[in-house]
Amino acid sequence: MSQTRKQLLIDPLVDNNPITLQVLGICSALAVTSSLNVAFVMSLAVIAVTGFSSLFISMLRNYIPNSIRIIVQMVIIASLVILVDQIIKAYAYEISKTLSVFVGLIITNCIVMGRAEAFAMKNTPVDSFIDGVGNGLGYGLLLMCVGVFRELFGSGSLFGITILDPVSNGGWYVPNGLLLLPPSAFFIIGFLIWGIRSWKKSQVEAREYKIQTLEVH
Amino acid sequence: MEALISLAVKAIFVENLALSFFLGMCTFIAVSKKISTAIGLGVSVMIVQAITVPANNVILTYLLKPGALAWAGFPDVDLTFLGLISYIGVIAALVQILEMVLDKYFPSLYNALGIFLPLITVNCAILGGSLFMVERDYNFSEATTYGIASGFGWALAITTMAGVREKLKYSDIPDGLQGLGITFITAGLMAMAFMCFSGVKL
Repeated sequence: MSQTRKQLLIDPLVDNNPITLQVLGICSALAVTSSLNVAFVMSLAVIAVTGFSSLFISMLRNYIPNSIRIIVQMVIIASLVILVDQIIKAYAYEISKTLSVFVGLIITNCIVMGRAEAFAMKNTPVDSFIDGVGNGLGYGLLLMCVGVFRELFGSGSLFGITILDPVSNGGWYVPNGLLLLPPSAFFIIGFLIWGIRSWKKSQVEAREYKIQTLEVH
Repeated sequence: MEALISLAVKAIFVENLALSFFLGMCTFIAVSKKISTAIGLGVSVMIVQAITVPANNVILTYLLKPGALAWAGFPDVDLTFLGLISYIGVIAALVQILEMVLDKYFPSLYNALGIFLPLITVNCAILGGSLFMVERDYNFSEATTYGIASGFGWALAITTMAGVREKLKYSDIPDGLQGLGITFITAGLMAMAFMCFSGVKL
């Protein structure tokens, strides 16, 4: 049993990553990756919400009528997000300003809904909690990877601590301004997907059309 | 009036919900394989956005803001913390109502849009629009303009994306980039193109 639980926790990190493979939850996250601090808080928030929403929905799964399950799930998720939002506002006000609407958007983050619908409605509370945390971690991991790239090469620092001394401060590093802008997140994720799929060949999507090769006789 | 037009242009091009705030990305990536379905989804998002943003604006002004309940005799009550749950409730309910109304009175439109409507409830662009409305303190007419314009911007983005992807499927793409990877990179290039509009001032 413990083996499968470990599997539930570790699988979503690379093998079944919510972002690169399930295409869930790209929505709210990419805009918050230009600095690591913010990405870190966002990941924690998402891990907490996916974990606990899966737990609560799974506890209630036998009492939720099928026809109104989406609304019930929404209410549970929205209450959790309000809680997280208030906590962030109380303890990290500056970061909550940068995150602006994106904490609220965890509600419509497809990871949360997707795991609730696909896993928590059919499994026991403990398993669902672990699955939720695992998927949150997978999401957080990708967010942090993107965040490291963007902050290190975009402003020459990590977590706000200068690593590559930028020219504006008398150092040698010329920051790549593009990485602080939204489009860079798309490129980085695109290339990360490329990397992951070159490593795990089974994730490669089939081609719709085959390129005709010319044979010379 | 001028202020409203510049707000609309800004919402469509400069602050495009899909390409500069990454909202509604899941559906943006998943449903942009064919132009016709992309247009269908884009139009539904626009309709829902045009209704929900002003509706949430009314709720915010008359129920949730500090002092908004003065008309009911509770001038000191501040219910803004209930915002998130009421906005998503309004969106879910409105989508449901819209689905029923379309089914009853406009069956042809319902058949065209039907499959997309439930998807819209969990589309971050819709909730995002309402949250931006709250954050930027729009009044009712601004909220209406913003709703329509931001919906249109999203529709524009997904339609162009679908156009690019329809051509792209004939290209020779490295195996690992096939599908999702190249879609992300395309979206990035489009976002860069849209950033050119940021110099537009009205």
